[in-house]
Order: sequence, then C-alpha cells, then structure tokens
Amino acid sequence: MAPPSPAPRLSPDTPPPLDSATRPRPSSPADLFWSFTWLALQGFGGVLAVVQRELVEKKRWLTHEEFLEDWAVAQVLPGPNVINLSLMLGDRYFGLRGAVAAVGGMLAVPLVVILALAILYSHFAAQPQVAGALRGMGAVAGGLIAAVGVKLLPQLRKHVLGFVPCLVLAAVVVLAIAWFRVPLAWVLLGVGGVACGLTWRKLTP
Amino acid sequence: MTAIQITMAWPDWLALLLQFMLLSMMSVSGAITAVPDMHRYLVVQQGWLSDAQFSSSVAIAQAAPGPNVLFVALMGWNVGLNAGGGLAGGPHAWALGLLGLGITMVGIMLPSTTLAWFATRWLHHNGQRRGVRAFKQGMAPVVVGLLVATGLILANGNQRPDSPAWHLWLVAGVAGLVVWRTKIHLLWLLGAGALLGALGFV
Repeated sequence: MAPPSPAPRLSPDTPPPLDSATRPRPSSPADLFWSFTWLALQGFGGVLAVVQRELVEKKRWLTHEEFLEDWAVAQVLPGPNVINLSLMLGDRYFGLRGAVAAVGGMLAVPLVVILALAILYSHFAAQPQVAGALRGMGAVAGGLIAAVGVKLLPQLRKHVLGFVPCLVLAAVVVLAIAWFRVPLAWVLLGVGGVACGLTWRKLTP
Repeated sequence: MTAIQITMAWPDWLALLLQFMLLSMMSVSGAITAVPDMHRYLVVQQGWLSDAQFSSSVAIAQAAPGPNVLFVALMGWNVGLNAGGGLAGGPHAWALGLLGLGITMVGIMLPSTTLAWFATRWLHHNGQRRGVRAFKQGMAPVVVGLLVATGLILANGNQRPDSPAWHLWLVAGVAGLVVWRTKIHLLWLLGAGALLGALGFV
C-alpha cells in the first residue's frame, strides 16, 4: 500500500496539510480496530458526532476539510455512512486489512453490547422511566449531530463557491430534508448536482 | 415485547438474505433510510416480526452505542427468536437468533461495503481529476446541511404526546450548544439526556 497522499483541498490557497511523515496516523490495523471500537462505544444514537471529535479534533488523523470530503463520499455511496467512512479510512492506511480492521472495530463489540441491551430491555420494557431515558438520549443525540454540522460551517469560508452561496445551499438542504421531507436521493441529485456543477465551473481544469 | 410464533424454512432464510442485500444497495446514506421498506417486508408482507418488535429494534439501536445500522442485527435476532419460540426457547432459540442476526447483517453490509471499497479506491487514484475534485468539494455545503437536518429529525423523532415539544428542542439545543462551545465528553451529555428523560421532562 502506498503511503497516504494528502487529499485534494477545498481551495488552492489553503495551507498544505502536514506531510505524511509527520502527521498523526494509526500505528497498526490493531490500533485502528481498537480506536474504532472505542469510537463506536461512545456513539450513542449514532457515531458521527464522536467520529468528528475523536478523529479530527483529538487524534488529528483527518483535517476538517478531509473529514467533509470523505463524509461526502461515504454519504453518497449506498450503505451505512459511518461504516463506509471507517472502511475508507482503514483502506487508506493499511489497504484491505485496514478496512476490515476498522469496520470490524465499528461492529464487533457494539454488536455484543446491543444484544445484551435488547435482552435486558425485554425484561424492563414496561418501565416508563426506561422509555423516557431512551427519548432523552435521542434528543441529545440530535443536538450533537446538528452541532457537528454547525462546527463545520467556518470551513465553507474557504470554499471556491464563496461563503454565502455555500450557506444558501446548506440551508436549502436543511429545509428540503427536515421541513419538506424530500427523499434523500432527490436532494443529493438535485442540490448536490447543482453544487457540484457550480464547483466544476469554478475549478481550473 | 412478546415473541410471535413463526416457522422459518431454509428458503425463508434465503429470502431474508436476498431482501437485505437488495436493501443494502438502496440504502443511500444510511440503513435508516431503508426502515420503511424493512417494515413493509418483515411486518406487513411476511409477518416475521410484530410491530412492537420492529419499533423497539430501531429504538434500542438508536439509544445504544455503536453505528445505527445495528438495528438490522436486532431485527434478524428477533426473527430468529420468533422462529425458535422466544427467549424461553433455550439454546435452540438463541442459535436461531444468532443465525437471523448473521443473515441480516451480512445482507445489509456485504453489497454496500464491497461497492464502497472499490469506489474509494477508484476515487483515491483519480483524486486529481476535475470531476472528482468538483464532486468532493461541491458536496461540502450539502453535507453540512444534511448533518443539521439529520440532527433536527433525530431530535424531533421520538416525541411524547404528554410533554411539550419545546422541552425536547431545549434539550437538543442546549446539548448542541455545549458540544459546539466546550470540550466536555459526549457521554456526560447523553447521561444528562437519559436522566431528564427518566424524570419525565422530555
């Protein structure tokens, strides 16, 4: 496997990311496995918020730009997006072994935990406090994921389309999905198509 | 969550596998988008799961640690338990539960991860093409919008009829603000949410 080359950046004048020799990276597939297990076990109601905090802010395996770009790819491909993202990262560092280690880390231990919870739940399903706790965690999880989006907003300042057009595109997506409940495929094709087309025109061939 | 009595012959298991493989390719941006179709197949058409089993599978996975896709594992587990006579059915039921879990997880994961693996390799080697760069950069504002929208839907998703909606929004909003502005560990926030829920605030 070739050493990871820096991902393409959002705009030509962004400073180049740290070169591959000095920037942090996982030390082995086992490191990947346990890092992703730890990520997954912190991710109640979805792992995305934790992925951003751990991999970008704490471990610094990814820059904000790379996270946005990788997440876009993971989002568009069919399949669970966090799984796709771990697969991409694992493959980038250690090829197929890394991909298997990262996805395995995401799934193996959490699978055992969730089975145990399901068996426990079948004993306590009648308790209103249990259902209430599930609801409260759902609300918090929603806030956490929305905050990931808000935190990434400043990154769009460097975007080739300009900050305001980017904000408009993001707002259209929020309205279409959360308010009008447009099926995701249409939003990706429609708004995504327009955004990619405009960006294509701005980029030098 | 009581088990329902069903019998599963091997063509049924195969049908279950094929159905989830099909759903795998259709679940763009997360298995959660395929939930309505899973309900149609498992509950309405085949009768392999009860409504309560179906919705609790989704709810437990939402609240449990780990990727949301694990709700699919719980659906397979419950189908297997039903076929084996419920948790009381002993080792036989547990084995069938694990079989169902394996089948639904392999079905939902294998096609999409295989495709994702080839696609990311291709993208990695063609990263300098104008079209690829335009796609990756152009999607950035869309992704930001999607994250916010997903958060809103999740926060709003499980409202209780007898508590005011603004309680839910307040909890989600404060959680979002805290995680945006501080470095506090996310588990503290989730714990606080669970406590507020157990006390009946949301």
